[in-house]
Amino acid sequence: MSTDTAVTTKTSTRSLLSARGLHVTFPGRRGAPPARAVDGVDLDIGAGEIVALVGESGCGKTTLARSLLGLVRPTSGTVSFDGRPLAYSSGALKAYRKRAQLVLQDPSGSLNPRHTVYDAVAEGLRIHGYAGDERAAVAGALARAGLRPPERFFLRYPHELSGGQRQRVVIAGALVLEPELIVADEPVASLDASVRGEILALLLRLRDELGLSALVVTHDLGLAWNIADRVAVMYLGRVVETGPVESVLTAPQHPYTRALLSVLPESEGAPVVLTGEPPDPSRIPSGCRFHARCQILASGEAAAVADLCRGENLPVLDGGGSRAVACHWVTGGTTS
Amino acid sequence: MSARSLLEIKDLRVTYGSGAAAVPAVRGVDLTLEAGSKLGVAGESGCGKSTLALALLRLLPASARIEGEVLLDGEDVLSMSWGRLRAVRWAGASIVFQGAMHSLNAVHRIGDQIAEPLLVHGRSTPAAARRRVGELLEHVGLPAARAAAYPHELSGGQRQRVMIAMALACDPRLIVADEPTTALDVMIQAQILRLIERLVAEESISLLMISHDLAVLADTCDRLAVMYAGRVVEEGPARAVYEAAAHPYGRALSSAFPRIGDLASRRAPRGLPGDPPDPADLPGGCAFHPRCAVAVDACTELDQELREAGAGHRAACVHVGSRTPGSTS
Amino acid sequence: MTTAKKTEKKTETTKTTETTETTEAVGGTKAAKTSTTATSLVWQRRRASVARFWKQYRTHRAGLYGLAALALIALLAATAPLTVGADVQSVTEAPGTALESPSAEFPLGTDQFGRSLLGLLIWGARISLLVGLLAAALSVAIGTVVGIIAGHYGGWFSTVVMRITDWFLVMPTLVLAIVLATVMSRSMWTVVLAIGVTSWPTTARLVRAQTIAVESRPYIERATALGGGHGHVMSRHVLPNVMPLVLAQTTLCISTAILTEATLAFLGLGDPTVVSWGGMLQDAREAGAVSSGHWWYLAPPGLAIALVALAFTLCGRAVEAVLNPKLGVGR
Repeated sequence: MSTDTAVTTKTSTRSLLSARGLHVTFPGRRGAPPARAVDGVDLDIGAGEIVALVGESGCGKTTLARSLLGLVRPTSGTVSFDGRPLAYSSGALKAYRKRAQLVLQDPSGSLNPRHTVYDAVAEGLRIHGYAGDERAAVAGALARAGLRPPERFFLRYPHELSGGQRQRVVIAGALVLEPELIVADEPVASLDASVRGEILALLLRLRDELGLSALVVTHDLGLAWNIADRVAVMYLGRVVETGPVESVLTAPQHPYTRALLSVLPESEGAPVVLTGEPPDPSRIPSGCRFHARCQILASGEAAAVADLCRGENLPVLDGGGSRAVACHWVTGGTTS
Repeated sequence: MSARSLLEIKDLRVTYGSGAAAVPAVRGVDLTLEAGSKLGVAGESGCGKSTLALALLRLLPASARIEGEVLLDGEDVLSMSWGRLRAVRWAGASIVFQGAMHSLNAVHRIGDQIAEPLLVHGRSTPAAARRRVGELLEHVGLPAARAAAYPHELSGGQRQRVMIAMALACDPRLIVADEPTTALDVMIQAQILRLIERLVAEESISLLMISHDLAVLADTCDRLAVMYAGRVVEEGPARAVYEAAAHPYGRALSSAFPRIGDLASRRAPRGLPGDPPDPADLPGGCAFHPRCAVAVDACTELDQELREAGAGHRAACVHVGSRTPGSTS
Repeated sequence: MTTAKKTEKKTETTKTTETTETTEAVGGTKAAKTSTTATSLVWQRRRASVARFWKQYRTHRAGLYGLAALALIALLAATAPLTVGADVQSVTEAPGTALESPSAEFPLGTDQFGRSLLGLLIWGARISLLVGLLAAALSVAIGTVVGIIAGHYGGWFSTVVMRITDWFLVMPTLVLAIVLATVMSRSMWTVVLAIGVTSWPTTARLVRAQTIAVESRPYIERATALGGGHGHVMSRHVLPNVMPLVLAQTTLCISTAILTEATLAFLGLGDPTVVSWGGMLQDAREAGAVSSGHWWYLAPPGLAIALVALAFTLCGRAVEAVLNPKLGVGR
């Protein structure tokens, strides 16, 4: 592992979760070529670190998150948790799922409408046969997730709660097992603007108080700026740029990251609106996978490396905390 | 006074249900939209912004009681005949809904769905309608051949484009867009917003856009209105409201989405404590006071009217008059 | 709400009350009141849901009529040993003469053995209702288990199971039931079994579709991510969510089962030693009631069957209307 170089992150040396050469391929339907949803990703999440995985829908970020949790089995590559590769036997997975938790985007959908808040939070405890005081554990988790006093919420049904409260219940349900890692898939995308900050502040507080690591999957760069330590920008199954949030978001190098940042409402400079939808993971272009939509290549600025862009595949970026970018134009201009 | 505004909403009130179970969704909203301008309405879910949008075209369920006036070109939408209303709904004003997936009929080709209003309103022959559909699709950045596609064959962004094409079909003068970019990716959102901006500029259509994202609204619209608990609590020029909101709720909304590079928001997400108020059980006084960081005793008893907070900028907060020296009584 | 769910909840309650040993009370919870509140919590919730159900059910007028009719019939059937007594069936001690017209003593006349037809009608309700309920319960239970398993596991297993279901579905139910009732010994249980094993495929298809819909909800993924296995997902998430459908299906199934029971009895495949409505109709036919115009022999059992079937259908529709929109809420 060539992780820790002299970078300006406060990443701890121990990486809690690490993926190496991860590929997830889904068979194509009706003769279509297989979709390479995750196409070679290295990613490390250190203990107590919040990593944001940013990209458009369809870029494979959700599949990557699911495969890190063992919910999707990678086609090749390994996921290791706490230094040990993940085993896919049901017993091993169950044990793993006590330590790593998932928080989904839609809090209304991720709560069973027929379960009360108490049941929803206690579910994890019951699955894992918790021997202690279930009620106290549930109350503690609800309180930590900011639902106080917890007793007031025990008997409520999800439909009686506001969106923010539901997401807090989901987070409490994850916290009750005292996990070391939370994978949150768009945790605030379906919440109101005013509630959004509160939920993000909660995630940040949990990291500070409990030392929780988190992988936050999002299309919202502002979210990464708000809470993450490190950001990985994903495009069509690969991480194309990664590094500490401050440097990646204030000085983006990859044309794709630049475009994403330029279209934010309050960004300065002319917005670079990429045309079209993200291309199909079943037909990944050769060379740089972004070259067909690349504004730098289209403008002729990258004429010197144009052949490389179209024909030469880029290496998989290192998953550690260092700044890295997968772009011929950037690396060609600086290193060689 | 002489030049009539395109849309004038006067003391609009919408109540769901009746008697003891009556839930006020909109509680007295006054808004004006000049021809060719763009107004953004911001607020969180349950603040009445979507009800407002639906009330403009009388699309609310029968259980809703609507009071006040909605003047479209000086004509009251709320009291006009059904026949006239049908004409107005397409030619006068049309609406782009939030969930493009649910607003499109899954079993009809999108071309037929776009052509429907043209044919229903007897404005064109089938052949002409087909031509117009092709034009509209290209106008919103989709190939004309996509008219033969079914909604499920399109991506979210493409469906939203189809919705916009549908709204444009009868050359409306006002488009009401209810969260047109929610649930879309940043890049697709940027595409849709550019599209809306271009169309509004090219065809001099007026736009009433509703969103919970103040940043997006500030970027697109000329004026902004912030709604809370069925009322407009702040209204003014977009930049002024976004960058220097006078109402504490407006400030909370504008700081909810951080500016990247702004170190104050780094590792410090800002939200608003508490939950949106229950419309059936609104707090007394200023409805915002339980969540307000700068509330004073008077807030619990006295509801505030909109007051002057700058040039063309009004806010309903007790601090506004006292703090802005330039304001007149 | 349903027996299956209740027992499940009950075991849960005992589990929670047992685990009162306190670790550190996080968040200032008072551990002392743990055991009492955990129990009352479940009860409180159950009462609330029953009350909510009833409040909505009350708004369906047809359902109320159905329920009233059922309550009346059930009351008559339950109190039959007191009002008419088991000896109404007795051929040897028949109080009247054969085929009497309705009179003050025998409001519905008598049969060819001189037994009171009103008494037989009330007594017959017991068998008809019992067989109907048991057969419907059996059929729905099989259908639910098959449906959930097929819907949950998917893949080739689901395909095979559903092919078998289809095979049962296209089989003429009545013919199959007749064959079963013929080859097995003649008793009430045979009829229950014959109806139960032939009418489950509709339920299985419905439940499977609902299972697949429920399994696509994010809370299923959340449960899996929490470490829940197949059994957990099926029993804690899928079952409660298909239960309303199953309940409505049961009420609707009962009327079909009662009709099938009557048909089997009419065809002479029921238990000959007990009186049932279908059996009465068959007796009437054999006694030549059709040709001789003894309407009082023929009409009452027929009307009773129609009434009960209608009452159950009305209730079923109302239950469906109350419970199933809720399934759509989360969508």
